[in-house]
Amino acid sequence: MAYKLIGKDFIPPDVLAKVTGKANYAEDIRADGMVFCRMLGSPMPHARVKNIDISAAKKVKGFLAVLTADKVPSFPPPNNPILNNEPRFIGEPILAVAAETEQAAVEAANLIKLDLEPLPFVIDPLESLFPRGPDARTNGNVANVRLKLQNIKWTAKDFAEAGEDQLPMGKPAEEWQFGDLDGNFKKADLIVDETFVTAGYSHHSMEPRSAMAYWRNGKCHVYGSAQSQSFIIFGLSRYIGIKPTQLVYNGAFCGGGFGSKGGPYAEMSIPAHMSKLLGGRPVLMRVSRAEEFAIGKGRPGFQGRVKIGFRKDGRVLAADMFIVHDNGPNTGFWDFRNAGSSFSIVFQPEAMRWRGISVLTNTPVRGPQRGPGENQTAAAIEPIIAKAARKLGLDQVAIRMINAPDNNAKYGAKQGPVTSAYLKDALAKGADLFKWDEKKKESGKKNGSKVIGIGVGSAYHSAGAAGFDGLVRIMPDGKLHVHSGCGNLGTYSYAATARAAAEALGGSWENMVIERGDSSKGLPFVLGQFGSNSTYTQTRTNWAAGMDAKAKLQEIAAKDLGGSPDDYDTTDGKVFNKADPSKSMSWAQAAKRAIELGGKYSGKEMPKDINPITKWATASIAGTGLVGVTKDKLPKKGVTPGLVTAFVKVEVDTETGKVKILEHVEVADCGTAVHPQSLATQIKGGAVMGYGMALSERYVFDPKLGMSFNGSLHNSRPPTILDVPSEMMVTHVGKPDTSNPVGAKGVGEPVQGAATAAILVAISDALGGHMFNRTPVVPDMIINAAAGRPQSYKTLAVNTQ
Amino acid sequence: MLRDMMSTFELQQPATVTDALKSLKKAGKDGWVMAGGNDSLTWFKDRVKQPKTVIDISGINELKGIREVANGIEIGSLTTLTEIVNNKAIKAKFSLLSDSAAKVASPQIRNTGTLGGNVSQDTRCWYYRGGLPCYRAGGNTCYADTPTAMNREHTLFNASRCVAVSPSDIAPALVALDAKMVIQNSSGKKTVDAEKFFVGPAVDILNMTILKSDEILTAIQIPNTWANSTFYFEKVADREVWDFPLVNIAAAMKVSGGVIKDMRIAIGGVECVPKRLQVVEDLAKGEKKGIDVAKLAAKASVRGAKPLNFNHFKIPLMENLVTRAIRDS
Repeated sequence: MAYKLIGKDFIPPDVLAKVTGKANYAEDIRADGMVFCRMLGSPMPHARVKNIDISAAKKVKGFLAVLTADKVPSFPPPNNPILNNEPRFIGEPILAVAAETEQAAVEAANLIKLDLEPLPFVIDPLESLFPRGPDARTNGNVANVRLKLQNIKWTAKDFAEAGEDQLPMGKPAEEWQFGDLDGNFKKADLIVDETFVTAGYSHHSMEPRSAMAYWRNGKCHVYGSAQSQSFIIFGLSRYIGIKPTQLVYNGAFCGGGFGSKGGPYAEMSIPAHMSKLLGGRPVLMRVSRAEEFAIGKGRPGFQGRVKIGFRKDGRVLAADMFIVHDNGPNTGFWDFRNAGSSFSIVFQPEAMRWRGISVLTNTPVRGPQRGPGENQTAAAIEPIIAKAARKLGLDQVAIRMINAPDNNAKYGAKQGPVTSAYLKDALAKGADLFKWDEKKKESGKKNGSKVIGIGVGSAYHSAGAAGFDGLVRIMPDGKLHVHSGCGNLGTYSYAATARAAAEALGGSWENMVIERGDSSKGLPFVLGQFGSNSTYTQTRTNWAAGMDAKAKLQEIAAKDLGGSPDDYDTTDGKVFNKADPSKSMSWAQAAKRAIELGGKYSGKEMPKDINPITKWATASIAGTGLVGVTKDKLPKKGVTPGLVTAFVKVEVDTETGKVKILEHVEVADCGTAVHPQSLATQIKGGAVMGYGMALSERYVFDPKLGMSFNGSLHNSRPPTILDVPSEMMVTHVGKPDTSNPVGAKGVGEPVQGAATAAILVAISDALGGHMFNRTPVVPDMIINAAAGRPQSYKTLAVNTQ
Repeated sequence: MLRDMMSTFELQQPATVTDALKSLKKAGKDGWVMAGGNDSLTWFKDRVKQPKTVIDISGINELKGIREVANGIEIGSLTTLTEIVNNKAIKAKFSLLSDSAAKVASPQIRNTGTLGGNVSQDTRCWYYRGGLPCYRAGGNTCYADTPTAMNREHTLFNASRCVAVSPSDIAPALVALDAKMVIQNSSGKKTVDAEKFFVGPAVDILNMTILKSDEILTAIQIPNTWANSTFYFEKVADREVWDFPLVNIAAAMKVSGGVIKDMRIAIGGVECVPKRLQVVEDLAKGEKKGIDVAKLAAKASVRGAKPLNFNHFKIPLMENLVTRAIRDS
């Protein structure tokens, strides 16, 4: 379909501020009378606070107040607390201190005497599952979202039977199965059974989650760093202890989140509580890099095992997967569940069982990170698929092609349908662009100590949701205002998706304004900006709101110019009679008429089925123009998958352990590309993050101290620009998803997992099929493997070097 | 302890070495010399080191610049690493030095980081940097040398209570080039061999160099002894930018008719000091430069290595780098 705006490059309005440094992030906000606060975190991985002595701190010049856990709302365990008298990881905030200057706040905080009783702690999930092993919490060692806090111990027999090199598989917390698992394993020509470890690691968003807050006229104003706008309103108000209508949230810019700032989070409420304690004075809480490491969430690590049965042509007949999930100390996120569902869609097994357990550890709070569970799965499983291909004598692309999902694919435990899946097309296009058939001749080619390896890998994430709200307004000056509630993570999808409203109306980019970044601007309720959903979800809501405005334009034109609404169509700035274009009125005229007509035309009346936030937003702008507002009721049957495949060529130096990525091709199945430039950036950025997952990023803790090695950006080792090939070829399949009005679906997450998987497969290829079954693969592992020496770590060790 | 916020200190910005030395003497043990600030500011921000007086020497012009002198090149200690990388005379005669400087950290850090700062920087042991009261911090234990410690980055050789390593990429090159370190205090100047400038924990567990609190490293001289030799420098680190070496190596060889007539070679990241590999020099001198002597030298080089739990990969890595230094130079 030919579009006016969709699929065209454009410059999002906030780009200039970002590249010139004029963008004000939460930490840049200043207000009259503003004071500073800082959190004081636990020095122990698990402790009970017995006493807090602030007498010395009070003597610091400029000291104002101390906020403790008893002064803030508490939430049932294992939710993330705001402040905690039983801290469960090093750096967990126990209290916050406010002072006239940040310097004074820090001086005062360091004079506070904490009397802490050390409690047992654990950083390895298997240690906690071992009989009588330590628990991360005094009241349990297993929990997750929708998995109650409980205590599960496996038997010594479970461990003894598995031995040191295979994952013991005791009682899972959850499981599902479909198909004839045993029967299909019996039919299999090849069965592989592999134990693997994927490292957890910090999000380390470039912008730490600093926040500023003040109270005015009964409302609490918060400036924060979040991926999402309207989605966090309910949760943040709960953290502050107010009604959602009392919260004004300003989040115009966000310096990255990767999932860690997708939903509301506890710490953002601290300056609001502190401000209340200080009579509403503005309070800025700066979050340091080290604090961001502690509280800024991290990807859960996996200790996993998978048995896969293949037919001799490579088809996956049966898969049996077990995931032990390192969940940090609190609710965490359900990566372990996504491991099962993502395997089910990427490899379409005829029968599968998934079992998992989410174990608590005294390590930083975990949350969803780009492809939560799906990307660990791609990293762990793709090298195993590669091993099977080698054993079966199959081509690496062929074994993936035979299993890849298409439009008839099935998803997850319930084997439900998909709205579209073109992974086969992505594999074919990628193989063609990468020149796979030529490149595979280079596999294992040596140049001195350097060996060439080639790899391919795919990944999945769900790519959109339905049922949220859209809100647009045509102003009396004729401009289309698209109200965006999605947030500004940094992908610019708020802008690309807003254009869907203009597309529906036949409008132009020049004649539209995007309202965003401040809840007082009247922003509708949509899903947060996470889960690769924005592109799909908000093209639907904005398209629907645009169509609602269009219907209202047509009705107003019919009322004033005669005929029926169907006789009219809209183009940029105009509604006109299709048969007689001389009969027309401008959007400006129609907006004025909408205000006169009132009711649904000006937003005075609104649909009953929209979210309360959208109702408040609509009420706040009602009577100012022609208002289009609706819930997205467009049909959607099944899960919408974002699928990506990557091809890489690496050079592995067996003497130094260094891996150089020489070539990278990545192809996304993302439907229509709504903003091609942004798509290319999204794929490349995700791929680079995937390099980190494959080659350098991991949590390292001293197991005796519970202390981390990586509390800095430097020691977390995200890839640098010199670790990236100078050219990366990225593209997309280009087949639209028919469940979306513009054919689009999201792709932000699997772009990382595919890159990680392809690199790991390529390293294994270069080393003649050597299996590390572990991420990341760092130089010392390659040096040891090439020298035929044992590795430093035990097979199942986690959070280790 | 709440970190990531510097504590207050008195900042002094002398314009001459004489003034800087006066300030240092006055400040005594509470003084701190800061040049490019890349190491200093990290310590201050983490509140692990909280000096009362910081003497910022970055404005002292007499400490800057590269001069060709009668018997070699003299480099002011405040000369930035970028200047060393780009200097024609150094590149022409002592490319070992410019090659090693080019591998330090990142382009941005090389623009502000100084030669003196690079060789005087403290170890990167993460337990020590994390503020734990270890031997090196004046305490009575080592956290990195325990059966479960994370010690991938630590020593193979000559541990003495402390198992931290030298982090500098330039230090091994200076040892290989037989550089001389010019040190000044209020009573005068002295010149010390690079090899003797760096000290291990058996000598001084609190300091990585012989510099005293009232002294300033003012210049580094590279004698012509090894000018235009056959050089080899390589650094192996986790990433191409920013990271400290897992192991690095610097070698200078005089090769004639395919025979190694003379050689100096030093390796970093395996001991508290840049380790001069005299066994390799002894073994290689007089031998035909090639894979055979390279392999033998590699084997000899690791004799006596005592790996910790997570760093035994440094043994094959060190063998490989010694091999490459002889084979590939």
